[in-house]
Amino acid sequence: MTVAALSITDLKKNFGPAEIIRGVNLEIEKGERHAIIGPNGAGKSTLFNLISGGYHPSSGSIKLNGAEIGGTKPFQINRMGLSRSFQVSNIFANMSVRENVRCGVLYSMGYGYSFWRNVGNLKEVQRKTAEILERVDLLDKANLPAALLPYADQRTLEIAITIAGGAEVILLDEPTAGMSHSETDRAVALIKQATEGKTLLIVEHDMGVVFNMADRISVLVYGEIIATGKPSEIRGDPKVREAYLGDEADALEGDAA
Amino acid sequence: MSDQTVQNFESLAPSAGQKFTQRVLPLAVFALIILIIPMFNPSNLMLTLLNVMGINIVFALSYNMLLGRGGLLSFGHAVYFGLGGYAAVHAMRAIENASYGDGGFWASYPVFFLPVIGFGVGALAGAIIGWPSCRRAGTPFAMISLGVAELIAAAGFMFGSIFGGEEGISGDRMNGPELFGLSLGPINEVYWFIAFWTILGTVGIYAFTRTPLGKMSEATRDNPERVEFVGYDPQRVRYLVFIFAGGFAGLAGGMAAVQYEIFTPEAVSLAPSGMVLLMAYIGGIRYFAGPILGAVVLTYMQSMLSDYSEAWLLYLGILFMAIVMFAPGGLAGIVAGLFNGLRADDRSERVSKWAIMVVGCVLAFVGLVALVEVAIRWSNGYGEVFEPFGMHLPTASVLTWVLIVLPLAAGFAILRFGATRNKEGQA
Repeated sequence: MTVAALSITDLKKNFGPAEIIRGVNLEIEKGERHAIIGPNGAGKSTLFNLISGGYHPSSGSIKLNGAEIGGTKPFQINRMGLSRSFQVSNIFANMSVRENVRCGVLYSMGYGYSFWRNVGNLKEVQRKTAEILERVDLLDKANLPAALLPYADQRTLEIAITIAGGAEVILLDEPTAGMSHSETDRAVALIKQATEGKTLLIVEHDMGVVFNMADRISVLVYGEIIATGKPSEIRGDPKVREAYLGDEADALEGDAA
Repeated sequence: MSDQTVQNFESLAPSAGQKFTQRVLPLAVFALIILIIPMFNPSNLMLTLLNVMGINIVFALSYNMLLGRGGLLSFGHAVYFGLGGYAAVHAMRAIENASYGDGGFWASYPVFFLPVIGFGVGALAGAIIGWPSCRRAGTPFAMISLGVAELIAAAGFMFGSIFGGEEGISGDRMNGPELFGLSLGPINEVYWFIAFWTILGTVGIYAFTRTPLGKMSEATRDNPERVEFVGYDPQRVRYLVFIFAGGFAGLAGGMAAVQYEIFTPEAVSLAPSGMVLLMAYIGGIRYFAGPILGAVVLTYMQSMLSDYSEAWLLYLGILFMAIVMFAPGGLAGIVAGLFNGLRADDRSERVSKWAIMVVGCVLAFVGLVALVEVAIRWSNGYGEVFEPFGMHLPTASVLTWVLIVLPLAAGFAILRFGATRNKEGQA
């Protein structure tokens, strides 16, 4: 059996007496698109922060390609091949779009903390940057200041920075939050295309997006995963309908049709 | 990905022409100005002023590596300037002793290269002090820098063999091997030494902004959280930048060591740390040229304005507050704004707006100067009278107070009128 891209066992996290994550088990295969859904306050963001190094787990383990990453620092996890986006746009606001993506590219291409090279002369960095920009369709906006981009484009740039380092495991935190219908459709197509062949873990509120993109879905309720399965299984699961989806599940039938 | 982009990826980057006009040309003009100044036969006083400007330019630029480019507010940058300078003075003494004594390494070390010693010691101090202080940015960093500055300033008066107590450590720059035929005796020869290191320091600090580390320093300033998720450790980025900033401050210290031939514990005190902050901020921390402009203007004020008025520090304080409140881009921001404004479509509208602002500022400033100058003479109690342009303005005269209140009130009224009009324009 191959090693799972991401393997979480008995993961717990409490802030003082408040138990936010209460024993999560999750296996994500390489190349899988996995969505985590759940009501507000279920602990989705906490789970994301635990996986990406923002928080230390209280107990349990998180393995990236078989290597333990629980409690490691974010930049170390990133270097091991995991990258994440943020719920609110988290870009380098004072830089141009191109420079933003370049920041995402530099470390992975081995330029680290170097202070003896001129970034303008790093041809392969420029090439990679252009490649990423083309993949997310921001090539024509490359030299605009990132802060002046429209919201949807900032979200796209966020994803571009996330994939720029070439990480194999990508965590996306509500990538379509705040987008209009047409923007969401575009974003979904873009994410699918930009993360092709990579392992994707995504938190999303838009059920249409979730059921459209995910190979498998996990439902997180009060810090526990109550169900994991294919979209069709989740849709039919009475526990899930009861705990969370309810009316939204009905709406889904329409969406999926 | 299409072949077309592969071929055209370079078109994203600025063209060779743009690179030249935006990067090479300004530096070349800067160097050229420095190189042609001696052709105008400046007086010795002027040369001394220019030399101090050169030192302060490098010092302020090194400070801006932290504040402007790294987002790190330091209250103790003179520590690295001072330690680098002290090291250079000690090396200068070693050169003197060696050239009259038994030779050795120092006998063959030219005084011209003392700034290299300053750079090394400044960077070393940065590496040691930066280790604990760069773990956090923001307020903790600022507080630690203040603590370190106090610590070193206190040590300056204690460790006599290093800092020389109150009279400091002095040396003689006219020893050791001569370089480029410069004995470094007369001030015009020292000018070439300062010119060389000012240009080298400026180019070096500019080059640093173009490196991956320099770019990630800006990224860390803007968004340390994001930096972690592109594989960088923000603490490490800050630490490395801090070492370089310390090094270039030490370089400026080494230049100062040769210029003054003496270093006293004041050099590592809080006063120069505050002054370099003012230079960088008043000049404009978001522009590379900002600290250069700030260093030139403040050095000039420091030496010339202090001849005209003993209250010059008040004017400096007012300038600083005005910049912080109304022109956060600093002098460089004002220059850039003027330049862009003159090329904009609505330039006539902008020019009239500026004219109103300038008139308001000048009037308010005239009233303020009159107030300060009259007040300071009254406070001194020597019976001195403020006599600008042949006028006689004693404290008790009505004319004095008319000349204070009228321009002040008119100036502020005009500025206020201009501000409200601008707001309406934006709405």
